[in-house]
Amino acid sequence: MFDWLQHFADWLIYAVIGISPQSHLGEALNFFVYDTIKILILLFLITFLMGIVNSYFPIDRIKNFLSRNKLYGGEYLMASTFGAVTPFCSCSSVPLFIGFVKGGIPLGVTFAFLITSPLVNEVAIAIFLGMFGVKATLVYVVSGILLGVISGAVLGKMNLEPLLTDWVRQVWKQAKADQEVFDAEKTTFVQRIPTIIKEAFGIVKSVLVYVLIGIAIGAAMHGYVPEGFFEQYIGKDTWYAVPLAVLLGIPMYANAAGIIPVIQVFVAKGIPIGTSLAFMMAVVGLSIPEATLLKKVMTTKLLLIFFGVVAACIILSGYLFNLIL
Amino acid sequence: MATSIKILGPGCAKCKTTFEVVKKAVEQSGVQAEITKIEDLEGMMKYNILTTPVVVVNEQIKISGRVPSVDEILKLLN
Repeated sequence: MFDWLQHFADWLIYAVIGISPQSHLGEALNFFVYDTIKILILLFLITFLMGIVNSYFPIDRIKNFLSRNKLYGGEYLMASTFGAVTPFCSCSSVPLFIGFVKGGIPLGVTFAFLITSPLVNEVAIAIFLGMFGVKATLVYVVSGILLGVISGAVLGKMNLEPLLTDWVRQVWKQAKADQEVFDAEKTTFVQRIPTIIKEAFGIVKSVLVYVLIGIAIGAAMHGYVPEGFFEQYIGKDTWYAVPLAVLLGIPMYANAAGIIPVIQVFVAKGIPIGTSLAFMMAVVGLSIPEATLLKKVMTTKLLLIFFGVVAACIILSGYLFNLIL
Repeated sequence: MATSIKILGPGCAKCKTTFEVVKKAVEQSGVQAEITKIEDLEGMMKYNILTTPVVVVNEQIKISGRVPSVDEILKLLN
């Protein structure tokens, strides 16, 4: 599908600029041009498609649905899936959390949503698709959603409500199912398209700089780090590699857009894909900035339990990826 | 009576942009409006919101979860 683009990158770097294909610089530049254009195209397409899906399932409607319906466990899967579909914005995570609690949605279900939302989103899917192909993307999306379901269900079983901060606990006590009717937009699909395209452009623009930095770092490593370089340190047989990668990843924060191109180089140069993905999930899903935000609604103990359970699930999925991919 | 406009958001980049957009729109329209920023969570959660930034005009939620354009705010003001 992207052969034409490779030809273009070859032509631009080797023929027009005249850098030898055998040189490190040539290889790095070629990788940069090819990846940047490919990912920007995918990013726009996926954001646009997700925008369409989203216009049918706005977050308010999802909340009302989860708040009103008992689904006998299915609500975890729904919350997690919606977390994947909804565009993620870290500054919305706390209002969202409280809104869910207010609507009487169980804490575990709220967590399921909160965990999947940063892990799987339109930007992550587009870049993943561009760098790892369809099969790995599917595995990633499905496991990201399952990770939310399982962590959410485990947290839901732990009766953590008393560990919310005081005022959120007040909100929780007064929680009631939302009855307000969602004021659906009265525009037709065709009328909505310009807005969706505009928003897709907005999203692409807002992550552009991270994507470029990520690809630039990836390209530099691609051109200069020798094949199998990491393998001598972290091979598939190093049993502690996955937990170590997760522990290193938790304090760090980068959005999916910036980290995936770097991860791809890790994989290309010999770090097992499960270990790399576990690292990425820890970086994107858990971070110090996120902890600071959540501190407003959770006591330290709850925060530690939350991070602990999610980290454990990420470690398990890391081992699992190493086995199946 | 002056129109009351509140911008709800915990101080992220999108919320700041929204504030600037609203300020610009109010200036352009010449409407008398009082613009307030609400950045504390408890104040924010008095409104039924899920995503930020939110623009509240005369106590009614008008825009939520995205940065509006100047034109949009101008329409809301008229």
